[in-house]
Amino acid sequence: MCMPEIIHVSVNGIAVAVESGTTVAAAVLQCGISSFRRSVTGEPRGPLCGMGICFECRVTVDRLAHAKSCQTLCTPGMEITTDE
Amino acid sequence: MRQTFDVAIVGAGIVGAACALECAQAELKVAIIESSIVGGGATAAAMGHIVAMDDSEAQFSLTRFSQQLWNTLRTELPREVEFELTGTIWVAADEDEMSAVRNKNRYFTSRGVPAEVLDAAALKQAEPNLRPGLVGALLVPEDSVIYPPTAARWLAERAQQCGASLVRGKAIRLRGGSVEIADGTAISSSLVVNATGAWAPELTPGLEIRKRKGHLVITDRYSGFLRHQLVELGYLKSAHSVTSDSCAFNVQPRATGQILIGSSRQYGAEHSAIDHKIVAGMLARACEYMPALGKMAAVRCWTGFRAATPDKLPLIGPSVTDQKIWLATGHEGLGITTSLGTAKLLVDQIVGRRSAIPIEPYLPARGSREHVYA
Amino acid sequence: MSSPRWDIVVVGGGPAGIAAAVRAAETGASVLLVDDNPSLGGQIWRGAEDNSSLRVARSWRERLKRSPAQVLRGFRIFDQPVPGVLLAESAESVREIPHSRLIICTGGRECFLPFPGWTLPNVMGAGGLEAMVKSGVPVAGKSVVVAGTGPLLLPVAAYLRKRGARVRLIAEQASRAAMLRFATAFASQPQKGVQAIGLMWQLVGVPYRLGCWPVEAKGAGKVRAVVLQQGGRRFEVECDYLACGFHLVPNTELAALLGCELRDGAVWVDDAQQTSVPNVYCAGEPTGIGGVDLALVEGQIAALAATDKPREAQQLHQLRARHRAFAAALQRAFALREELRKLPCPDTLLCRCEDVTFHRVAKCQSWREAKLHTRCGMGPCQGRVCGAAVEFLLRWNIESVRPPLFEVRVESIAIELTVGPTPQVSQGAEG
Repeated sequence: MCMPEIIHVSVNGIAVAVESGTTVAAAVLQCGISSFRRSVTGEPRGPLCGMGICFECRVTVDRLAHAKSCQTLCTPGMEITTDE
Repeated sequence: MRQTFDVAIVGAGIVGAACALECAQAELKVAIIESSIVGGGATAAAMGHIVAMDDSEAQFSLTRFSQQLWNTLRTELPREVEFELTGTIWVAADEDEMSAVRNKNRYFTSRGVPAEVLDAAALKQAEPNLRPGLVGALLVPEDSVIYPPTAARWLAERAQQCGASLVRGKAIRLRGGSVEIADGTAISSSLVVNATGAWAPELTPGLEIRKRKGHLVITDRYSGFLRHQLVELGYLKSAHSVTSDSCAFNVQPRATGQILIGSSRQYGAEHSAIDHKIVAGMLARACEYMPALGKMAAVRCWTGFRAATPDKLPLIGPSVTDQKIWLATGHEGLGITTSLGTAKLLVDQIVGRRSAIPIEPYLPARGSREHVYA
Repeated sequence: MSSPRWDIVVVGGGPAGIAAAVRAAETGASVLLVDDNPSLGGQIWRGAEDNSSLRVARSWRERLKRSPAQVLRGFRIFDQPVPGVLLAESAESVREIPHSRLIICTGGRECFLPFPGWTLPNVMGAGGLEAMVKSGVPVAGKSVVVAGTGPLLLPVAAYLRKRGARVRLIAEQASRAAMLRFATAFASQPQKGVQAIGLMWQLVGVPYRLGCWPVEAKGAGKVRAVVLQQGGRRFEVECDYLACGFHLVPNTELAALLGCELRDGAVWVDDAQQTSVPNVYCAGEPTGIGGVDLALVEGQIAALAATDKPREAQQLHQLRARHRAFAAALQRAFALREELRKLPCPDTLLCRCEDVTFHRVAKCQSWREAKLHTRCGMGPCQGRVCGAAVEFLLRWNIESVRPPLFEVRVESIAIELTVGPTPQVSQGAEG
């Protein structure tokens, strides 16, 4: 049985090491961040459905806004920013 | 309903609702009859622009008059109407279009409409997300945008506060003196107004109004991407054509930060289903002008039916066949803009007031004797 | 871009889709399986932790690998602009997918009901939290309350416990009486009974309350406690995560877009799993929530019917009937109780995309009016989160769909089609 590969991403500028196969959402939660974005009236929001339909888990990935973090796998060097 | 009204308006779209408010404020006893949702027809599909147009003297007259009414009303409008004084920028892609810009500038400024020619550099500064290589543009700062369904609802609610009655029901026949409703009841009224837009010929057989289908796409929220409404000069060619399908670049920032992308026109399309070829063409054209749109998330796509007349001007006034059946319809792509002006001109005629602008170009009885409109 | 016309395209790579793709490909038809996730398995076979489902899942996945079926991962179908040509988008590109026959296996999604505080971060669906943990979210040492209704609650709780979470409570809104009635269904499905007992064994020590549901999530910036009601009593439980879902609803949007008839919120199919639209089949949760075993059988029947193997399809009918009976008992057991209609307060948000309160939506006369005048349902989720709640709370009919089925890039809609519509395909031999 082989060890999972470790990849390095950054979340809000902070370097994080995750196992390959980890989603961006999991990487964010691993940092202890529970608020991924602000709703249209400014409420803090985080993932709800885990399967790409609620759009609450959206973050900016490599400068592209509105990425669904629960359906995006971490890749080496990825820059993840939450909307805070 | 046993009481008799002075005016019964069929259709609570933005035009009907505006007319109802104007009637009520003129102390006419008015009923407005709506079969579905207030502002739910073409009003709901519309882009919501309020724009001065120079297509013809009559069109200019009505759009400018109406726009000024909107600008005066803006302080009363609640937040959900989302009135935004975005201005319009008419974009020129080549020298031909740039000379059209200069003509437009002369036309507007000589008639008291503030306008400013922008060269390529100024255009870039005004709208950084437009593609490089555009020659220039005309900025018309007093144009605006609103969210039409809530505007129609607000107008209808204000009308009710001033004494108008909102009747839920489907009108199936208009007679001089009454409106028959599908449930068997009838509204009796001295005067009946057909304000049902693309469906007007159903209630007034023979009306020369054709459906002109349009598609729209709205994106997710991207605040700051777009500041003004943008229209290509070719828009006029598209609106001009009386026979073929066409698309023209037209985008609008919404108060929510969403970008509304239009516009398209088709004759002879009776179904409201999305036509991929048209939408794809419309979006491709939009991306030519603003490449960054391509990567933006499109949330929703929809269609609507504009009410088009042969001479591209609306019908405001008594119908030709029956003096007690009036028309307030046929606004094509300018219903939102000219709703308030239409209401004024309609009520001016009803109560015998002097109008701020000549009414003849919009009278249903206009044109030669051979052309019978109703 | 020129694309081959597939004999069969299967939409959705969960159990139904995998089974359909396998059986169809094994007959020699050209088969493409399209799924929007990075890995196959849908929701229920995500990762592979639970032992019994692991065997079944692994066996089907291996059979899929051995079969000639092609798999397209990470692509989401959003339109069928001309007959027989689907459009699908991935993070990088957009594709035309021409097909002669289609098998829709789009699964189900969790039903969410709004209650005060449900929008707090770390309040997730039950399946939602499980999916997140399977994708790498650490829960070791964290306290979790699992609430709502449905057969998912126990496996979710067991899984979370196995991953080190402290499951403080499982709150099932169904009554004791409803669950006892449901228990009798296990008599005809002993292996499911064994599974259930296995789950209860894994959850020894975790309080399990019936007739119990959440009424408020409390916290500032994220959830720290949940208030629950049972009988006339309310009590509070502290938690780091609240995993709350009210069973599942079918994902019928693609089928509805194609014109398939829906009945009671599910896609209608005949005995061969064919919808009301020729050459379009449907299997698994979209035809009615029924679980993995039913999805596997339906997927196979659809594939065999779509590849003109009616006799082999027929052989699976009895098995399907048994699983359907169990599914029906399941639906009855976990029906939502009336009290849940009172969960939201007037200022509880109903639409999370546009922050519209329950009160504002309830003032409208219809779903369409609510959309136009409040923007409820007009956000990026296109009503997938609030729609089921609206149907339950206000008894409105949520109307038909338009493309795009999902939020997609503008450039994906703008593509010029290179493939023409599918010519009429004959239905094949009867029998």
